[in-house]
Amino acid sequence: MSTHTETRHDQESELSDDVPLLMADAVSKTYVSGAFRKSYTHALDTVSLSVPMEPPSITAIAGESGSGKTTLARTILGLVGPTSGRVLYRGVDISQMDRAAYAQFRREVQVVFQDPFESYNPFYKVDHVLQTPIKRYNLAHSRAATRDLVIKALQTVGLRADETLGRYPHQLSGGQRQRVMVARAVMLEPKIIVADEPVSMVDASLRATILETLREMNEKLGISILYITHDLTTAYQLAKNIIIMYQGRVAEAGGVEEVINNPTHPYTQQLVDSIPHPDPDTQWGTNDASTFTTDIASSGCNFYDRCPSAMEHCNETSPPLYRNHAHRVSRCYLHSEHSLFEHNDLREVFAD
Amino acid sequence: MTIEMRTGTDDERDGTGLGSDDNVPLRVDGLKVHYHTRRGPVKAVDDVSFEVARGERLGLVGESGSGKSTIALALMRAHKPPAKIESGRILLNGRDLLEDNEKTTRFRRLSEVAMVPQGALNSLNPVMRIRDQVIDGLKDHGLRMSKNQFGARVAELLASVGLPSEVASRFPHELSGGMKQRVSIAIAISMNPSLIIADEPTSALDVVVQKQVVQTLKDVQERIGAAAIMIGHDMGLMAQFASRIGIMYGGRIVEIGEARDILKDPKHPYAKLLISSLPDTRKKRKLVGIPGLPPSLLNPPSGCVFHPRCSDAMEICNRKLPLELELTKGRFGACHLYDSGNEEPHSP
Repeated sequence: MSTHTETRHDQESELSDDVPLLMADAVSKTYVSGAFRKSYTHALDTVSLSVPMEPPSITAIAGESGSGKTTLARTILGLVGPTSGRVLYRGVDISQMDRAAYAQFRREVQVVFQDPFESYNPFYKVDHVLQTPIKRYNLAHSRAATRDLVIKALQTVGLRADETLGRYPHQLSGGQRQRVMVARAVMLEPKIIVADEPVSMVDASLRATILETLREMNEKLGISILYITHDLTTAYQLAKNIIIMYQGRVAEAGGVEEVINNPTHPYTQQLVDSIPHPDPDTQWGTNDASTFTTDIASSGCNFYDRCPSAMEHCNETSPPLYRNHAHRVSRCYLHSEHSLFEHNDLREVFAD
Repeated sequence: MTIEMRTGTDDERDGTGLGSDDNVPLRVDGLKVHYHTRRGPVKAVDDVSFEVARGERLGLVGESGSGKSTIALALMRAHKPPAKIESGRILLNGRDLLEDNEKTTRFRRLSEVAMVPQGALNSLNPVMRIRDQVIDGLKDHGLRMSKNQFGARVAELLASVGLPSEVASRFPHELSGGMKQRVSIAIAISMNPSLIIADEPTSALDVVVQKQVVQTLKDVQERIGAAAIMIGHDMGLMAQFASRIGIMYGGRIVEIGEARDILKDPKHPYAKLLISSLPDTRKKRKLVGIPGLPPSLLNPPSGCVFHPRCSDAMEICNRKLPLELELTKGRFGACHLYDSGNEEPHSP
């Protein structure tokens, strides 16, 4: 690491321990389409979330397609600029960063995308994927040192160099390709890995290995992980805390045990009920709520048209988040006897 | 080389040999499908035999490259070169599909065997109203009715998959992914086929919709009493849908039996590892994947295809292909661990 970033480090730690490593502060993203009759899609609607400096955490962000989970991930990574709100890294707005701070952010926040094949250039050998960041960040000064670094990174993710290097992407299995991407991320000694559906394209037998690799990165290397997924089962296994998103808003959030084993938002209940358990004794539940949504914009709850417990006022004003448990918030009037969640940051309710 | 190894089991299984039997519409016997490439034949399906009874739902599970989708294509006779059916029989209602000419094949599709395509594929015609797409299949099979009668039949079919009759006048792009899959199911059952094949019918659908589509499929299949095969890799979905499960590996079925037996007490080492690798929401635990890599089908390992990844592999495993044996009642598997006729004594 360059001396420049070291000084930044010192400044930050002097600053305060309370400054989160990463913070999404009330971020919203609205997409506008149509030239004359504009239509607005609120992909992300005022979501706040932080990742603390310590301890390293694993947080799942779950939801169906259109829930805004990927938009949130891309906003955090700085790939999408928020329409409103800010993303702060070590207390600094990433859109206002100077060059050195931005380089540090890009290095310390790494991403693993869904489709391992699309992250590769098919004409380059796998080695290229691993050597590029070494060159870019000047991590090694000789060929031998580069090779050592590559081999070490592959070992961390459970790959043998002789079975991986010198090959083209199509010669590796989906699971191997995905683990090479994790190796690439790990090599940069990141603080955070954003894993966007890292196993949804991977076969079942390799899925477990990749998830376990991510868990080891968290436990052994102290890397925090934001796990973006549609699959509540893997979220349960991997994460400590979970955020359930629906149409750009947080529907429910809290400790993964609370949220998945005892969901309180009607949407989470529907999701949990639809998990196909690989167990003949746990048959699908009978929650048969509608999935037909209307596109009519309403100022009310965005789950109103699908909700089996919808009440009249649900269609008028959108419910706020209620804190219905020490480690949970739920955006539903069914819990209005509980206090409002006043804090901005969802981390307040997370279990440590 | 392999055919003689598993004769005998067929007769034990149905007791009657391979005759026509109204209760077992589908019998696949010794099916081999190879893809001919420049580097030699890829044995995508290598000597697979199974049957599906009326009202039964068979789930064929396997990783990518295990041959499951190739089986689906062969059953529809929709495989294209370089894929070629090398040998075997596919008896549907007692008549071998592989001996049909093109005209008969076309006629038997939909009326005897129908396919629900992958959720991710847009299989509906984008410029045709749903009504016309449903009627097309019916007319193709010689149904002649008045316009009103056709309309009523379409509405009836749509209702049976839980869709309102207005859907008939819509175009595919006006429907959600789940609704499109329901339309595909309605078309599949429009001629009361005796076999429905669904190849990953809910890929790319959200979980809530996935549940509804699979339950719809199960409902209509039960109502018309068809045999069903669902192809996929999601064990959870199989546990919810299938009454029997066949686990494929390297172009072969390594274990097949009652869904409950397979899920609760798998016998084949691959099935054991696969099932123990599945995450659940009951208890957090260390997730263990299957070590090693899927086999090359161009140059598969000698003996048992799974032996290079198998922790129970014995000396015999790399030289002799295991026979398919009845492991417990109604459950068949191919693994030397359970072959008491082996020279190596071993009690699993």
